[in-house]
Amino acid sequence: MTYFPEEVVEHIFDFVGSHRDRNTVSTVCKAWYQVERLSRRTVFVGNCYAIRPERVMARFPGIKSLSVKGKPHFADFNLVPYDWGGFALPWIEAAARRCPGLEELRLKRMVVTDDGLELLARSFPNFKSLVLISCEGFSTDGLAAIATYCRGLRELDLQENEVEDHGCQWLSFFPDSCTSLVSLNFGCLKGEVNGGALERLVARCPNLRSLKLNRAVSVESLNKILARASHLVDLGTGSFAVDHRTDAYHTLMNSFPKFKSLRNLSGFWDASPCCLRAVYPVCTNLTVLNLSYAPAIQGDDLIKIICLCFKLQKLWVLDSIGDKGLAVVASTCKELQELRVFPCDIYGAGTTSVTEEGLLAVSSGCPKLNSLLYFCYQMTNAALITVAKNCPHFTRFRLCILDPGKPDPVTNQPLDEGFGAIVRSCKNLRRLSLSGLLTDQVFLYIGMYAEHLEMLSIAFAGDSDKGMIYVLNGCKNLRKLEIRDCPFGDIALLKNVAKYETMRSLWMSSCDITLGGCKALAAKMPRLNVEIINENEETDEFEENLSDLHKLEKIYVYRTVAGPRNDAPDFVWTL
Amino acid sequence: SPLQQTQSYSSSQQLRTGPVEFPARLREMEDVKGSDGLGDTELRLGLPGTSTATRSAKRALPEGDEESHDELRRTSAAKAQVVGWPPIRSYRKNSFPGRKVEAEAAAGLYVKVSMDGAPYLRKIDLGVYKGYKELREGLDNMFKCFSLAELSRREGGSGSEYAITYEDKDGDLMLVGDVPWEMFISSCKRLRIMKGSEARGLNSRH
Repeated sequence: MTYFPEEVVEHIFDFVGSHRDRNTVSTVCKAWYQVERLSRRTVFVGNCYAIRPERVMARFPGIKSLSVKGKPHFADFNLVPYDWGGFALPWIEAAARRCPGLEELRLKRMVVTDDGLELLARSFPNFKSLVLISCEGFSTDGLAAIATYCRGLRELDLQENEVEDHGCQWLSFFPDSCTSLVSLNFGCLKGEVNGGALERLVARCPNLRSLKLNRAVSVESLNKILARASHLVDLGTGSFAVDHRTDAYHTLMNSFPKFKSLRNLSGFWDASPCCLRAVYPVCTNLTVLNLSYAPAIQGDDLIKIICLCFKLQKLWVLDSIGDKGLAVVASTCKELQELRVFPCDIYGAGTTSVTEEGLLAVSSGCPKLNSLLYFCYQMTNAALITVAKNCPHFTRFRLCILDPGKPDPVTNQPLDEGFGAIVRSCKNLRRLSLSGLLTDQVFLYIGMYAEHLEMLSIAFAGDSDKGMIYVLNGCKNLRKLEIRDCPFGDIALLKNVAKYETMRSLWMSSCDITLGGCKALAAKMPRLNVEIINENEETDEFEENLSDLHKLEKIYVYRTVAGPRNDAPDFVWTL
Repeated sequence: SPLQQTQSYSSSQQLRTGPVEFPARLREMEDVKGSDGLGDTELRLGLPGTSTATRSAKRALPEGDEESHDELRRTSAAKAQVVGWPPIRSYRKNSFPGRKVEAEAAAGLYVKVSMDGAPYLRKIDLGVYKGYKELREGLDNMFKCFSLAELSRREGGSGSEYAITYEDKDGDLMLVGDVPWEMFISSCKRLRIMKGSEARGLNSRH
């Protein structure tokens, strides 16, 4: 290969797509490192504190697409304090200085500010795509800046962000000359948008294929939009609630048949069963259906719509679907790959919900099922063992039994055998979340069998340090381990310290880790940041009574070449 | 009503998630250093020979906590107070109208309340109030034994001159009532009931 001129090597590298392969290729020799870094177009940074942004931009000056992730996953469940970190601005600034050719930016769980968005909008003349997932810290003013300055913007995709509402005018900032939008998702915005501006924007973007409206968009407005956007592939419907005696309802009923290309439907926030009928004409072509934000649609109406969706590949639904509804899914949706069942009633005694029966039905009826997120009130080992037999292709298996530490209700046994069967059978399992009553045994199984496991989430499980040690010693491909409320202590933490450098991160909260244990870890592994998150109000008192035996509420350990971070708030210590 | 919810809570077959103290209490009861093979001699709550004491049996209702009516009102939400459980994104939880938002310990919903001249502080849960009016009533109720009106009269002011102030996320002392309620409860770190004379300085900025 060294006989080939650089252009040829570069051309060969064009065929090397995945991040991992490109990373490997760059380590072969200096020449390859150089060619690779100059020809790299996409960079993915899984932990924004693992490396400084300047270093990334310096190494890859030609990047067109950058993805960065910030807070640890448990931030989704409010376990990470509000101002822990994960700031996007340093990344935007570094890219603005070094990589002006940037076209795409994708941020997840980061703090993004309006200033950052404005800098972004002004710095990259070819900017095409902004995707923000579970971010916060910005307002509609920042969106106005994006609309104003990003000529040629193709994609603005806002998923589940906390956006401060500063008014409805931001949409109007898209100039009349903006006709390039392909994807617009503002479903997470809480406030109104300017209806007229939205309709005009949709009308002048002939390439618009994905449009996800927020709850504030009424059916009247939706009707006008649908009249202009018959090429949509992906639609988030907005509120979707209207009195069936109105003209708007009748218009809605007649709007959908013309959508020959529509494949994804979501939204439905206030949808009633009446209104849901409007989409029946397109159900037979649907591949993705998200009804998980539609609590007014109960079991029987869910069944009516699902009956029609025989091409469905991805279904997100509330547990009001019941085992009965899942049986219908099993008999209708033979192409189903991903199923997510969310709880309707988080605080109640569990009225209609799903049990192991529903999961069993889907596992036997849907041979292509490979991704599951299932909230339920009970699960049995027998069911899990059968599910494992029926579905050996799971890549993602997340089961959440709502009552922490609940055993198999039939046998009163822990669910070790059930989950054991899952990891034994599903050889390609990459992501696993456990729940229910679990002993160290399940971790023995996971360590032994889950060879491709990359992410493991554990809560209220295990008996002793052995559990965590089995996992750390076993799972060769483990990248992210997150643990809460388990009896794992310093012995487990320190048993296999080298492992943490092969992983992206470790999160442990409400376990038995002490300050002394963390100090020992930090001393042994200088290339890890061992962060202690201490939200105790009496911080001064804490600093003085610094016993090594003091148990720590939350720790976050991650490999890094950037050293301790300089933007950590007071309550975060990096040892 | 909260009482109804409490009833359904206790009538369920399995004891549901206990109070916030649950994980810590659990570990106090067990000797967790079992990895040196002394498993059989570990202190457990279960019978010897059982592989594990079921966690559900350990999850008792709070004992020795003040069984005030306040506590009872919150018992129904007690199972929601295990922070971050069930693992559902706040975005999703907040999407359903009329659902009570989980009373997390994190974002400062429990705040200390001090009153100038009072010998000890109180702690309140901002999450149980619907707005400023209820908050004022609650504080009035809580501190009336120190007689707010009495206090300000002694200082030479008229009967009802006290000001409720709070410390926000940035550490600044702010007058309660300026910002929307939701914004207030997410940024309030602690409350301080001030004498009218001191508060006038704050008021004069407006």
